[in-house]
Amino acid sequence: MAWESGVQFMIKKEVVVIGGGPSGMAAAIEAAKRGAEVLVIDANEKAGGQLFKQIHKFFGSSEHGAGVRGIDIGRDLLKEAEELGVEVWLNSVAIGLFAEKQIAVETGTDDAEKIVRVVEGEKIVIACGASENVVRFQGWTLPGIMGAGAAQTMINANRVLPGKKILMVGSGNVGLIVSYQLMQAGADVVALVEAAPNIGGYVVHASKIARAGVPIYTRHTVLEARGEGRVKEAVICEVDGKWQPVPGTEKVIEVDAIAIAAGLKPLAELAIMNGCKTKFDPILGGWAPLHDENMESSCSGIYVVGDVTGVEEANTALEEGRLAGVAIAAALGKITAEEAETEKKKIWDRLDGLRSGPHGEARMKAKDRQLADFRQLSAAEI
Amino acid sequence: MALENMGYLTLEELKAQTVYPTEERFRKGPVAVIECTHEIPCNPCEGSCKFGAIKIGDPITNLPGLVEANCIGCGICVAQCPGLAIFIVDKTYSDTQGTVSFPYEYNPVPEVGQEVDAVDRSGKVVCRGTVVKVQNPKSYDRTPVVTVAVDLDQVETVRSMKRL
Ligand SMILES: Cc1cc2nc3c(=O)[nH]c(=O)nc-3n(C[C@H](O)[C@H](O)[C@H](O)COP(=O)(O)OP(=O)(O)OC[C@H]3O[C@@H](n4cnc5c(N)ncnc54)[C@H](O)[C@@H]3O)c2cc1C
Ligand code: SF4
Ligand code: SF4
Repeated sequence: MAWESGVQFMIKKEVVVIGGGPSGMAAAIEAAKRGAEVLVIDANEKAGGQLFKQIHKFFGSSEHGAGVRGIDIGRDLLKEAEELGVEVWLNSVAIGLFAEKQIAVETGTDDAEKIVRVVEGEKIVIACGASENVVRFQGWTLPGIMGAGAAQTMINANRVLPGKKILMVGSGNVGLIVSYQLMQAGADVVALVEAAPNIGGYVVHASKIARAGVPIYTRHTVLEARGEGRVKEAVICEVDGKWQPVPGTEKVIEVDAIAIAAGLKPLAELAIMNGCKTKFDPILGGWAPLHDENMESSCSGIYVVGDVTGVEEANTALEEGRLAGVAIAAALGKITAEEAETEKKKIWDRLDGLRSGPHGEARMKAKDRQLADFRQLSAAEI
Repeated sequence: MALENMGYLTLEELKAQTVYPTEERFRKGPVAVIECTHEIPCNPCEGSCKFGAIKIGDPITNLPGLVEANCIGCGICVAQCPGLAIFIVDKTYSDTQGTVSFPYEYNPVPEVGQEVDAVDRSGKVVCRGTVVKVQNPKSYDRTPVVTVAVDLDQVETVRSMKRL
């Protein structure tokens, strides 16, 4: 072993899950339920991932806990994991993933001493989620300009209002939901701009904020942020069919914060570092690791689940996590292959349901492509 | 179309795209108006109605359809819908006024008797309304349902109130 002093001796676990969001917790629960010894590593002070910022009621089928708030789904997951004896390391970041399935984990907060440990997992699940895309425009580095996800963390996790008069950029579900939650927290959303001709997210979310008086400007973008020491004004304008600003359509709005919801991209670095084969697909948010029907990547024993494999939703993340958990239990010999097949079939049926309809169709096709690409890959290697 | 670029539908569009209650049904008392027009994977409304008045079926992306004869206007579905897309409209409240019940997840929650600014689907203030009921039992899971009385000619227009 190449690790020098300062690093604690190797800890071995049957299953190590990196990321304690819905996908990671679901994988941990399904594997633990069937007798596997599971460790979850999460960068935050509380596991649950995005769920702990989602104070709204979730869509979905009654079987998926639809109508239940994200935070409550998260709380139930943590409780179930605890009851099953899943070990969770909080404030712990996987900083490296190396051959022989070794993970370097740094634990601690910035105000205390940090320790680095190396954990070896017989099976590893990468469930790191996604990160926010940035949009650059003149003045975009002024204080008061932030990602919508950051604004959501401020209000729902830290209970701090990022501003009182906020411009939202982007009309996907994140832009729409965070706008709603900013108003719930007491701010005004003075406008929402979207460069595309149509609203990107679910219209019921859009209707909520329209009803609350938020003007939605489609075919519009933000040109410039102005202010000294902090953003005070935003210049928005119309865009043409090629997304180019139309001169003479500029409007100046008074704001004290700008939140940007320009999409998410898979946090696939650990998978890439480990040599997992990836592919770029704009529908999935960018570069995402390929995987088979068990969510196993091109590196044997390394599974990829949730937003890491393509940005979707908490419900699909949960199901992908469950798939990996069941597959891992079978691979470790905790259940028979037949038992695993029956269970996996049920999960795949639910996943197909979640990816149906006009909103899911593109994702369904993209996920099918991902599986097909993986099959091609294995065929080529054989 | 208003929905895709402004975020809401006009009443005419709604009537064309959803199973909107008939005038005959409105005359009988409170009824659910389901303003959900996007085929999203969602169905808690169907399960929440014990009277079988909301049908989605399989696949889950079907639009919810109101079976108006079964609906008693109880309002249970209003708080259960994560899209906050269901309203109860009562055109029989009095000779001159009707009521609209809507989900309202903002603080402070208005009080019964309070006069509020009633807004339409675009957030525009259209008239004053009087709060006649505020329901927030545990089963609504922190989605209070507020009922305001407005002039009869506004009940199909009013869908919320200005934040306090
Ligand atoms: C504003 C908003 C609203 C949403 N609303 C809905 C909704 O209504 N319905 C729905 O189904 N979905 C919704 N989603 C989507 C949903 O939250 C995500 O798709 C889902 O959380 C993805 O789950 P995940 O487990 O893949 O990742 P995440 O939930 O992002 O969890 C990843 C976890 O991994 C940890 N992590 C990352 N890197 C490391 C590392 N190197 N070491 C250790 N830990 C690490 C992170 O700290 C995090 O806890 C919403 C998302 C947003 C942003
Ligand atoms: S108001 Fe009551 S009866 Fe009518 S659809 Fe809703 S839950 Fe069913
Ligand atoms: S619960 Fe609401 S958003 Fe979901 S299908 Fe029913 S009406 Fe539409």
